[in-house]
Amino acid sequence: MSKIVVPESVLKVSGLGKIYGPITDGAIERTGSHVGTARDHQTGSIVAAWDVNFEVAAGEALGIVGESGSGKSTVLRCIAGDIDSSAGDVRLATFENGEPNLLTLDAATRRKMRIDQVSVVYQDPAEGLALGVTAGGNIADPLTAAGWRNFEGIRTRARDLLQRTEVPLDRMDDIVRSFSGGMRQRVQIARALANNPRLVLLDEPTTGLDASVAAGVLDLIRGLLEEFELAAIVVSHDFSVIEMLTERCIVMHHGRVVENALTDQLLEDPHHPYSQKLVSAARA
Amino acid sequence: MTMSAVYNGSNLDSIVGEDPGIPFALLDEESKREIRRALLHAVCVPGYQVPFGSREMPVARGWGSGGLQITLAIVGKTDIVKVIDQGDDEGVNAVNLRRLVVTSTGIEESSEVVESTIIQSRHRIPEDEMINSHTLVLQVPVPEPLRGVERDMRELARMHAEADYSRMWVSLYEDKVRNGVITQTTGYPCLVNGRYVVATTPIPRWDIPRLHDSQFLTLFGAGREKRVYAIPPYTLVEPLTFEDVPFEVEQANGAQCRLCNSSESFLVESPGTNGDAGTWTCSDTAWCRARRTK
Repeated sequence: MSKIVVPESVLKVSGLGKIYGPITDGAIERTGSHVGTARDHQTGSIVAAWDVNFEVAAGEALGIVGESGSGKSTVLRCIAGDIDSSAGDVRLATFENGEPNLLTLDAATRRKMRIDQVSVVYQDPAEGLALGVTAGGNIADPLTAAGWRNFEGIRTRARDLLQRTEVPLDRMDDIVRSFSGGMRQRVQIARALANNPRLVLLDEPTTGLDASVAAGVLDLIRGLLEEFELAAIVVSHDFSVIEMLTERCIVMHHGRVVENALTDQLLEDPHHPYSQKLVSAARA
Repeated sequence: MTMSAVYNGSNLDSIVGEDPGIPFALLDEESKREIRRALLHAVCVPGYQVPFGSREMPVARGWGSGGLQITLAIVGKTDIVKVIDQGDDEGVNAVNLRRLVVTSTGIEESSEVVESTIIQSRHRIPEDEMINSHTLVLQVPVPEPLRGVERDMRELARMHAEADYSRMWVSLYEDKVRNGVITQTTGYPCLVNGRYVVATTPIPRWDIPRLHDSQFLTLFGAGREKRVYAIPPYTLVEPLTFEDVPFEVEQANGAQCRLCNSSESFLVESPGTNGDAGTWTCSDTAWCRARRTK
């Protein structure tokens, strides 16, 4: 079997783990896909993710699939710094020469990283946007954080981004709360791109949107990933999203990675029994 | 039985001891020391809001108790105090606070800036030139400049600690988008010494340039919110504004003071009666009076 060659990875994740509750000897052995649970029956601790390893190159999108509670979002949020991890090492080549471990950054440095290096698009736009602020204002936020101080400059940049994400420009000065779900998601994507990040983390970006709107948003994301040569991680339980956006993906089950494969290959010929079940359920 | 034995033959004076009288400047020495220590901290870190143990004062919190405590903590026997309320020495709040300072210290009072050493003010900086012999004490209702954009105290502390003021900028952006101009008139947010954003009390924009690179020390006291902060002399004070949206002070085109004909002071409008046009007068009454007697 040929090894997947990853050219110049931008993001390198090794040994990432997150445990809720006390960490005791044997907790790792008592949990996982082969045991069928993420919960350590001796202590009640939840091993939400453990020993997660992968790399992502520039212009490449990696998918993370799995059922609800399998640890996909946990992995994403650990990398973004939204939650603290229990173990692991994450390096971003473009951030301070890849020297710091993103998992152990102090709060101020983490915020700096989130300004122009790593952006997150959340499933719920309310998490990534200020709903009481206009679409333009939501984009002004990361711009001013990065030091933009020219009003017309900010307007022009916001206009460009909203145009790129197909938000009607006559809605630019309306508050986001008055927007539909699909349009909110487009604003969130525009905001995520404001400072030309190197890595974009997409957490169920189209879940909760109706099929036709979701298809439009997916098209948009795919175009943007290609255009800006972005490294991306796409978390989804929906294979059509994974199939459309990613070339490679990992399958998670009870907090562990059970399969790491090319997306096409996974869909045609899944190896791990859980992946087989997952794919056949999705294809049924 | 035992209780009556304790009080037998006693009166209140013998329990309390000899009446020490009202201490100089009302506050006990320990309280003054605590406030002065907070003020030193505030001067050392310009614009940083220093918590202090705001005392109960003979005025209600929110009525100048913060400014009053600062004045009482720094006043010495040779100081001369001026107190104004919106530029007016005869405002009720100013008169009461001044009377309290003067009667509890025995120091001189004045309405002249040039004679004064401590100027306590509610919402104005006097028009007259102030030099390094002056200390300006401002009464602050809301010391937190980010209150309008965030309510969570922990988040506010984090934003100041990391100098994360992007949401303040977003609020200015939104203001400009909605109204075409930045509408905030009083208490305009300023960046002090390139580090902390402060609420400039509700002084009008007119007074903001006076805080920049000033010769005098400005102390801000918020009694209700239990915070003091400072702008030391010769400190950089920049109103937050976009490069292409210049900061402007209030202008009433063609308006002149009804009493002294001034058009180069901060003017306030009094509404006219019976549908007549309103008239304008200087906000700083002492300055206006001096101009008229010249």
